Amino acid sequence: MSSNQSYYVPESSIWPIVGSVGMLLTFFGLSSVLVNQSNGDSTTTAWVVFTVGALVLIYMITGWLRDVIRESRAGLYDAQMDRSFRQGMSWFIFSEVAFFAALFGSLFYIRFFAVPWLGGEGAKGTANMLWEGFQAQWPLLTNPDNSQFAGPDSVIGPWGLPLLNTLILVASSITLTLSHKALKYDKRKPTIYWLAATVALGALFLFFQIEEYVEAYSHLNLTLDSGIYGSIFFLMTGFHGLHVLLGGIILFVVLMRLIKGHFSAHDHFGYEAGAWYWHFVDVVWIMLFVFVYVI
Amino acid sequence: MSAVADAHAADHHDHGPAKGIGRWLFTTNHKDIGTMYLVFSFAMFIAGGAMAMIIRAELFQPGLQMVEPAFFNQMTTMHGLVMIFGAVMPAFVGLANWMIPLMVGAPDMALPRMNNWSFWLLVTGSLILMSTLFMDGGAPNFGWTAYAPLSTTYGPDSTTFFIFSVHILGISSIMGAINVIATIINMRAPGMTLMKMPMFVWTWLITAFLLIAVLPVLAGAVTMLLMDIHFGTAFFDAAGGGDPVLYQHIFWFFGHPEVYILILPAFGIISQIIPTFSRKPLFGYTSMVYATAAIAILSFLVWSHHMFTVGLPLPGELFFMYATMIIAVPTGVKIFNWITTMFRGSISFETPMLFAIGFVVLFTVGGLSGVMLAIAPADFQYHDTYFVVAHFHYVLIPGAIYGIFASVYYWLPKWSGRMYSEALGKAHFWLSFIGLNIAFFPMHFLGLAGMPRRYADYPIQFANFNQVSTIGAFLFGASQLLLVFIVYRAVKSGPKADAKPWEGAEGLEWTVPSPAPYHTFEQPPRVD
Repeated sequence: MSSNQSYYVPESSIWPIVGSVGMLLTFFGLSSVLVNQSNGDSTTTAWVVFTVGALVLIYMITGWLRDVIRESRAGLYDAQMDRSFRQGMSWFIFSEVAFFAALFGSLFYIRFFAVPWLGGEGAKGTANMLWEGFQAQWPLLTNPDNSQFAGPDSVIGPWGLPLLNTLILVASSITLTLSHKALKYDKRKPTIYWLAATVALGALFLFFQIEEYVEAYSHLNLTLDSGIYGSIFFLMTGFHGLHVLLGGIILFVVLMRLIKGHFSAHDHFGYEAGAWYWHFVDVVWIMLFVFVYVI
Repeated sequence: MSAVADAHAADHHDHGPAKGIGRWLFTTNHKDIGTMYLVFSFAMFIAGGAMAMIIRAELFQPGLQMVEPAFFNQMTTMHGLVMIFGAVMPAFVGLANWMIPLMVGAPDMALPRMNNWSFWLLVTGSLILMSTLFMDGGAPNFGWTAYAPLSTTYGPDSTTFFIFSVHILGISSIMGAINVIATIINMRAPGMTLMKMPMFVWTWLITAFLLIAVLPVLAGAVTMLLMDIHFGTAFFDAAGGGDPVLYQHIFWFFGHPEVYILILPAFGIISQIIPTFSRKPLFGYTSMVYATAAIAILSFLVWSHHMFTVGLPLPGELFFMYATMIIAVPTGVKIFNWITTMFRGSISFETPMLFAIGFVVLFTVGGLSGVMLAIAPADFQYHDTYFVVAHFHYVLIPGAIYGIFASVYYWLPKWSGRMYSEALGKAHFWLSFIGLNIAFFPMHFLGLAGMPRRYADYPIQFANFNQVSTIGAFLFGASQLLLVFIVYRAVKSGPKADAKPWEGAEGLEWTVPSPAPYHTFEQPPRVD
């Protein structure tokens, strides 16, 4: 509840409208790229629009964050404002949880209902009449119509790169916690070193993830268009990878701010928000490792 | 830190709004943003209404008179999308922006800059959506539900633009919802405990939770559509091991909570208005809160009742049938409480109250046809007929739209400082009430007789009811122009309104002057 201090309400800001223009250009451009590509038309103009939009978005994000950091360091934010930010970040992560829940739900539906039904199982086995002789299996290597969707030769096993990546991400959560502990005791050097290690581990994870994709595409014939296994595999690991990238960028910005002397032992919400996000990304990976790779 | 903050507070205390267009582009003020939301959503309401008029005009007679079937399909699709994402949801966000800070005694929304971005992203998403009407191959034509493979294999080029517009509108709504939750949790005046909050605030808190929980699910669904269209994936293609029904499951896991997102804030509005004009406190406040929460929780467990005819396994049919029927219990609690609030009250029938009573009566009609549709074996007959169209228009127009109309009449004096014409307001209510029933009641009969939805043409035996329906729809549509006139006249030249124009009204919003000053509650009030 409110203290008797007045809550900081910024007078006005150009960033929301700049961000909206950026979004308009980015997504109009991106849609045009995709549609023109499908129709075999030129995509040059569309790419230009997309790039301009993306640059505007980057300009908006840096400018907006610069304002917020400046206000924070000028001491304009009180404890109530801090709680608003915490609410905002928590519910943003909750929305991300909902997004991944939808992807996991799709995976389970496909594995436990759609594919077995196509294979003739249960009361809905009539679906099997469409592709007679289709055998349900998981991972699905032979698709119902293998001429339209050529199935993969094999899939990525869990005990190679994925296991290594699991260890890397878990280790990065530990280094992040060590860094956070050090910050709370106001020991800045270990804070910075452990956080730098976290960002490095994140980058290493992404490197191996790309390695894995190269392997899948060049040797296993496991691609986006190799049927439902490839579809869901790349959708889930790909979106997770994008989140690692985003989390890594957030932690990198936090690292730069730490080096510049920002944050104190008792007041470092920007740091904590990045840490929350990183742990969330880590938990999603463990779920992915279990349900996409192992089981 | 307090020195800086106080210095800042001192120099911005008496600020009015900025001058010129910059006020609207750069504003962080919840009242400005609320006004923009309300005006924009009304513009979209008129646009979506115009599409409905095209639909009804074509259906006035059997055969094809006015438009091609392809364009007819674009109209039904865009009418649904515009009304849901462009009109009703933004109107509720506008009301939340204006009223929640005033009702909980907060100086503004918790995250004011993000609030502005939510609004302008709504405009961005809507621009992309509306631009599809002018593209080669036309606008989306597969219904607002965008079922695969209609939207993947057979969709027009503009489907890609539609998908990204849904993403942007979703981001806008999620940010708006986060702002509402942060405001309600964190910005209440001292003494405003959760169980003292006005019902409108409670219903919005729960609505915001639903929004954050399900809009990302919609984002996932349309992302998979995009992948199937452009990247060769097989999510919704059985030839690659996927399943078109998967799309329906994901979509309706979003879609059913979505319909409660469209109605819960209206429940809150009605719970504010009926006590005011009955001059009695709301009957069963606590049970109202729990009923709202129960409806929200159940909304996650009933999505497949939209899909009874896809060939669900029998246990699925049974579970979703019973789960759906259970929703009638908390909804019944609410209707009982509203009626009991009115019982032995000293009721007066100003325009907001007329719309509120219209809501209670007609929403119940829509609710009861909903129970009919919940019966799985019966739904096999009703599915995709005009009975369904009648059902959801009875819950959305006298539900969501009447809730918004009632709130506009109820709070316009607070927003503008001026009263509307009571005689014209009543005329608006009666014309809408009559028009609506003439338009949609016959659709029940059409549906039971077997007329399918989403066709530009129909056999001749359906002609009479369709003609009646079209006449009613045009009456309803035309009477909304009266609303424009009423609001315009009130704001320009209506008589001045008191701080509390309604004798029986309770709540913090009536303690500030009318019109509400640009900044309110910079020092939080005490609530006892």
